[in-house]
Amino acid sequence: MTLLIGSITIGLILALLALGIFISFRIFGFPDITAEGSFTFGAAITASLIVGGTNPFVATILAFAGGLLAGSVTGLIHTRFKINPLLAGILVMTALYSVNLHVMGKSNVPLLSQNTLFTWFENISTITSGKDVVINLIGWSIPARDIWTLFFCLLIIVAFSLLLLWFFRTNIGTAMRATGDNDQMIRALGVNTKGMIIFGIALSNGFIALSGSMLAQFQGFADVQMGIGMMVWGLASVIIGEALISENSLGLLIAGAIIGAVLFRLLVAIALRWGMNPNDLKLITAAFVFLALVLPGFMKHIKKIKLIR
Amino acid sequence: MLELLNLFKTFNTGTINEVNALQDVSLSIEDGSFVCILGTNGSGKSTLLNAVAGNFLTDAGTIILNGRNITRWPEYKRACQIGRVFQNPFSGTAPGMSIGENLALAAKRGKKRGFGWGLPASLIRELKNRVKTLNMGLEERLETPIGKLSGGQRQALTLLMASWLKPDLLLLDEHTAALDPKTACKVIELTERIITEGKLTTLMVTHSMQQAVNLGNRIIMMHQGKIRYDFHEEEKKRLKVQDLLSLFDELRRKDQIDIGVSELLISNYI
Repeated sequence: MTLLIGSITIGLILALLALGIFISFRIFGFPDITAEGSFTFGAAITASLIVGGTNPFVATILAFAGGLLAGSVTGLIHTRFKINPLLAGILVMTALYSVNLHVMGKSNVPLLSQNTLFTWFENISTITSGKDVVINLIGWSIPARDIWTLFFCLLIIVAFSLLLLWFFRTNIGTAMRATGDNDQMIRALGVNTKGMIIFGIALSNGFIALSGSMLAQFQGFADVQMGIGMMVWGLASVIIGEALISENSLGLLIAGAIIGAVLFRLLVAIALRWGMNPNDLKLITAAFVFLALVLPGFMKHIKKIKLIR
Repeated sequence: MLELLNLFKTFNTGTINEVNALQDVSLSIEDGSFVCILGTNGSGKSTLLNAVAGNFLTDAGTIILNGRNITRWPEYKRACQIGRVFQNPFSGTAPGMSIGENLALAAKRGKKRGFGWGLPASLIRELKNRVKTLNMGLEERLETPIGKLSGGQRQALTLLMASWLKPDLLLLDEHTAALDPKTACKVIELTERIITEGKLTTLMVTHSMQQAVNLGNRIIMMHQGKIRYDFHEEEKKRLKVQDLLSLFDELRRKDQIDIGVSELLISNYI
């Protein structure tokens, strides 16, 4: 049960990553691999700041800012120098690897003995329900602090998704969605589409860096390798969400991405529990995303053949 | 008032596909006039419209709109003065967004877009009233994604969007060419109504002589990147479709003579 709660918590943290991928991939159709660098970048910034004695809350906010910066560099490279989105992302991702090493000073920064956001959550839990209290939840005994941690992560992700939903309904957010939908049209209505793309990709990477920052604090370390495969991971979450929510409403799609992230994390936890080799994780994730991308078209094709016959 | 001074534009410069799309085009259009641009294929009529809209920057020349030199302005900046309808009915609207959202985007054409709510209740009321004037029953379907509508409906909405805030200049690029005749007719009626009601200065590229004869108060005929004929008011009123056709024939015959002459020269000298 503790494992389940832990998986859901990580799923919620990674839902921020899914939201970031949702912005770049679904709103802009921009396969932004900067994600892999900015995820680690967020973790690296937070870890070294916390080790340096900065307030964890400030360190988390600065991770978000770092993500914004990384994303805007990708956006700038793409729009100003007309470089293919994928290549622009690869350039920034590669550059970020060195930047991350510089920020951390080494390839792994432990945070176990440090004050993080999660230490705060645990403190709140100690104050409200007492130290090391175990709650009995339908026959399972779970430490109260795990429940509190989960609750706070849920709170954070709900807050951010509402914020995102609100943003996409404002004038500027509507214009951003239109930029991804039909850039010619929105340019004719006076929107600087290049600026919009830079802003959108920055926002996307802000979310992703935030996700990285929170994961580092949750698991107690930042590692220079932790971003590898994160873009596909986020894609998998978004795609699962879309499969669950067939409707095209923005609010539901955002909710879908969050549910998708949690479900995917749970699936992975179960698979690992059943003895899947952890080394195969990325291979299977990639295969999964491939199938999810190909299947809808393949099904249509089969239906067509049936119709012809 | 729109003034074009000696515009030049060449595509694919220095290759065998070099096209001189605009060659020394000068034109001056008074406020409130409705100009139809006719031309053979590849005559540069769409290029002229795109040059004014800012899809690309011209190689040489000056574009002045209402006293402002907009020659070097990017497309999105010109949009605060210019409303546009494209040839492709899918180009003017965002398919994944609702009718209401599309119109709300148009209601802010060229304005600063901040963090205000995109579709406030007051705007929805106004949207309904103005969409009703289209007589398509769309005012009850503001939530529908625009991609689900037909080309004619989308083009009618694009017209409404382009003229939502009165533009200094309305650009119509063969906006009925992709529609079936009946729908095209409806869209043209709507076009005429919107332009007369708003007294809009309009540049309309068309391939239909009939449209050019029926609409507007000026006809410009382009050929090979140049303006060849320009008929104003009274002169324009006297024009019939037949006259325009014979003018086109004349242009084509002149071309053939040119080619014939050059072939003659080649056979004589080589």
